[in-house]
Formats: sequence, C-alpha cells, structure tokens
Amino acid sequence: MTISMPDPSQKHQRREHGLMLALVSPALLVILALIVLPVGWLAWQSVYHDGFTLENYRRVFTEDVYWRSFALTFEISLAVTGIALLLGYPVAYLANAVPKGWSILILSLVVLPFWTSVLVRAYAWLALLQRTGVINQFLRYLDVISEPLALVHNTFGTVVATVHILLPFMVLPLYATMQKIPGDLMQAGASLGASPSLTFFRVFLPLSLPGVLAGCTMVFVLCLGFYITPELLGGGRTVMVSMLVSRNVELYNQFGAASAVAVVLLLSVLLIFFVVSRFISLDRVLGRQ
Amino acid sequence: MMTKRNSGFGYALLGAVALCGTTAQAAEQITFVSQGGAYQQAQTVAILDPSAKKLGITINQDSIPDAWPAIKTQVGSGKPIWDVVDTPTGYCLRGGEQGLIEKLDFSKIPNAAAMPEAYRSPYSVSYEFYSSVLAYSQKTFPKDAPNSWADFWDVKKFPGRRALRNHPIATLEAALMADGVAPDKLYPLDVDRAFKKLEEIKPHITVWWTSGAQSAQLLNDGEVDMEMAWNGRVSAVAKEGAKVSFTYNQGILQSTSLCILKGAPNLNTAVKFLNEAVDPVHQANLPLHIDYGPGNPKAFDTGVIKPERAAQLPSEPANAAKQALMSYAWWSSPAGEAAEKRWASFMQK
Repeated sequence: MTISMPDPSQKHQRREHGLMLALVSPALLVILALIVLPVGWLAWQSVYHDGFTLENYRRVFTEDVYWRSFALTFEISLAVTGIALLLGYPVAYLANAVPKGWSILILSLVVLPFWTSVLVRAYAWLALLQRTGVINQFLRYLDVISEPLALVHNTFGTVVATVHILLPFMVLPLYATMQKIPGDLMQAGASLGASPSLTFFRVFLPLSLPGVLAGCTMVFVLCLGFYITPELLGGGRTVMVSMLVSRNVELYNQFGAASAVAVVLLLSVLLIFFVVSRFISLDRVLGRQ
Repeated sequence: MMTKRNSGFGYALLGAVALCGTTAQAAEQITFVSQGGAYQQAQTVAILDPSAKKLGITINQDSIPDAWPAIKTQVGSGKPIWDVVDTPTGYCLRGGEQGLIEKLDFSKIPNAAAMPEAYRSPYSVSYEFYSSVLAYSQKTFPKDAPNSWADFWDVKKFPGRRALRNHPIATLEAALMADGVAPDKLYPLDVDRAFKKLEEIKPHITVWWTSGAQSAQLLNDGEVDMEMAWNGRVSAVAKEGAKVSFTYNQGILQSTSLCILKGAPNLNTAVKFLNEAVDPVHQANLPLHIDYGPGNPKAFDTGVIKPERAAQLPSEPANAAKQALMSYAWWSSPAGEAAEKRWASFMQK
C-alpha cells in the first residue's frame, strides 16, 4: 500500500459535505438547544435529586396506578388509530381517485381544522356530546332515546374528539403514498380480467400499505402523548400518561417524579419507532417522499 | 438582569413571564402573585391599587393557577423573582416548614397582629375566605333540594347526576360529614373511613372536575344536577341567569393567605404591603367586587359591608357557624400528604 494523492473528485465531494454541514448547523443548534438539552435535563432530573436515585422509576414500575394509566393510554391510542384508519383510508382513496380540482378541495377540508385550536375543538365536542348537547337533544326530539346517552366525560368522548383531531395525520401520508401508485397497474389488472375489487385488494391495497403504516404510526404516537381531550372530555376517570406527568408535579412537588413518567413514555415511543423501522423506512413515516 | 437569570431553565421561563408584567419603574416595588381571572381583578380594585397608592409603591402583578410548583422552583434557584403570593393557606404552611417561605415578624404587621390567632400562622396571614359548597340545579330540585352531604350521598331520595372535585381536599371532609361526622369534629381526618364512603358514591359521579370554570360550566349547562363547587363560581353562574343555587350548610370553609417567598427581592416593601393588604377597610372592599369573604374578620365591623351583603358571604359569622373550617395544618402534615397521594389510586381503581 502506498499513500496516494487525494483524488480531486473526492476532495470536491468533501468540500460539498462541509458546505452542507455549515448550512444545516443553525438548524442543528436549534434542535440541540431546544430539544436535546431540555430532554437531557429532564432525564437527568428523573434520576438525580440530592444524589442519584431510582425512586421515581421504582414508583412508576411498582405502583399499579402507573400501569393502569399506561395500559389505558395504549388502549385508547390503538382504538383511535384503528378508527382513524377506517375513516381516513376512504377519504384518501377518494382524494386520489377524483380529478385534481376535487382532490384539492377534499384535502383542504381535511387540513382546515388545523387552523382551529385543539382546545376550541375539544370544547366544541363537549357542546355536541354532553347531556343537553346537540346530539342528545336531537335524538330525544326524534324519540329515539328517552334518557340522554353518556357520550362524554368518559373514554368514548375522549376517543371521538381525539380521532377528529388526529385524522389529518392519517389521511395525508395515505394520500401521499397513493399518489405514487401508477394508475397503469390498475389498468393492467383490469386488462388481465380482474374485477375492480380484485385489483384493489391484490394490487392497490398492498402498494398503499407503507402509507397505512406511516399514518398509523403518526396517529398512534401522537395519541400516546395527548393531554387536552382526556383532561376536558374524560370526566376525570380517563387518566392518560400525559396527565400523570402533570399530576406528579403537583403531588410530589419535584420535576423528577414527573420526568420519570415522561422518560418511560419517550422510550416506549422510540421502541415503537424502532419496531416500525424494521418493516418500513423511517423516511416514509416522517413524510419524506 | 439577564445574566442573573441563567441559574435554571425553569427559573428562566418564570423570569420571562414575570418580565412581561414589569413595566413601571419606581423607587419601591414588589411583585404580587395571585390566581388571575375575576378574582384578581376584584383584588386589584379593592386592595392592590389602594394599597399601592397609600404606600407609594408599585405593585407588579403576575398570576398562576397553582403557585406551589413555581414557589418551589423559584426559591430553589436561590433568586426568587416574586415577593408576595396569594395561595391556599396550606401551601404557605408547607412552604414555611420546607424553608421556602419567610417567617413573619408580626410587630411589623400590626393589622395582622390584631387578627384572631386562627387567622394567621408564623408564615402567613389569611387574605380571603371561600367555601366548597353543595350546589344544585333548581330545575331538577324546585323544592326539597339536597341540603347536606348525606343528601348528596342519598341517590334514591335525590336521583340525578353528580360531580365532585378531582381532589381530596374538601372532598374527604364532605365524605366524612355524609357519614355522620360533625363539622367541628372532622380533624384529624379518618382517611380510611372517608375513602370507604367515597367508594359508595363513586359509581354515581358523572364528572370529577379539575377547574373551577369546569364546575361552573357543568352546572350551567345542566350536565349535572348537583355538585361540590366553590360558592363564588355558583353565584356567578346564578347571576348570569342559570337556575342554580347552593347551601352553606356543611360547606367547607377554606382560605387563601398571603405569604412572602424566602429571599424575596423586596422583602421590606413586601412586609409593608402585607400589613396594608389586610387592613380592615381594604379587606371590607373585596366582597363588594366578588363573592368571597374578607380574610380579616374586623372588616365586618367597618360598616363597609352592608348586612344583606354580609349574609351572602362564606365567612360571615352565621354562615361560618354552619360550616366546617378547613384545617390546613392537618393537610400539610404527613397524614394529609399521604391522603393526597392515595387519591390518585382511588381515582383509577
């Protein structure tokens, strides 16, 4: 082996990499200052309070209050994800199938709620679902029910409002994936004699699966950290993990007790991303085309 | 200024919040913190502005729904930015025990020294009284309304949807009174007995509310027929035309107190303000603007509060006699803290 002169093209490439690094460094610094450091500080507090301690984690892993909250949070997140998929897939399919003008209209309707605060939307659901709310009043007017239904202040109301808020996160990745499925494939299936439903199930659906997985991951992970809807619509009984975080600050008067819960939730989310990434490139989940 | 603020992330955040409220510069100033909303506005008119004028100081205001974690963080950072805090009395006591609150020298606070001993502690002076009362819808109960916690627990005689606060303070007291304990024999609370009684009513509770605004909305919208709520919230809803009412019978009389953060930046001015804030006349002005009672009982002797107005206030002597006076000393004791922690598992069972 001899030491060779640096290859000019390699040198050029290295300079380009250097330039790229310089360009992204402001963004990296922002992430470092606003995400990495605070999260690190949070994690540090969970194990350090007048000396190293695992007390906060012992509590999280031994007291059944925490297990119940984590179990409930995962149940609600699964339910929300399933319902969002059932509602979101047909919408994305329609937006993909119709002419451009119509699909823009459909997508703007999907995105429109983003301009309204989550808090306002949660209160709107309260007005719709409560005992004297629009839905109960209407059903009683029609004589369908004699007693008002318990639609809110429980898990049901929480799930309904959360689905509404998270639905766009399901529709958009689905639509993006469906856009990339060549229409020729469907025509090819039809020309080979397959019925429309067979082409859908054998060709379109499998090709849209990355979008399904991406949408489901987004909705599931976002739902795990939801706070406002269970707090306002859960009636005090629907205690999701995010509510444990705030309650622990009040109850134990130190951030460590709360940050241990946050760290466990963060690790569960990372674990989910890890598992999902074994099936699908993370780039897709995060929306890169 | 800013260089002092980097001793902690949370502290920097709080600093930024306080900075927004700091506009005027005067020779003497303090930062006063209360709970915001209509309540803080009422104080501003009745107590804060007149005190500032009389003492010739600037009172910078800040507000936070729950001051306790912030007190802890600010004092923990070694450089608090708040001076005087108006917070539930229990936090002043707990803070005093944990070295977060200044011990008061009552020789410098004559107005407080003249108050009965039950109205002050070495760390705090009572500032105003409110009550956790049994409130109900007059639509559901046009007559024969529930009048005691035993009635609230009696789901056969008083059918209807119910709400309680998602918090053990005052709720455990109500449970014990429902179980037959006399209002003046509550402390030390029999926590086991209280939780046992709560298990009984739990299936019939539609909502466990977390904020005062929520409790008002529940009653106003007819979402529940009866609930525990703070008297000021109920009367505010009634004033807006809702058919709701409440009884002081077996109410739980609670107070907030003023206390000074340990190492407060303007300690001397803060003490002067504390004395002025509990002046009987300022105190008597508070109930003219909001349905809370004065923290200084001498306010009732000033003639500012008319008898018909006094009769509506939670701390008026005849009303107070029907109620249980909350023991903040018990709630800040280890037994009280344990009961607070037990609440979490009760709720999730």
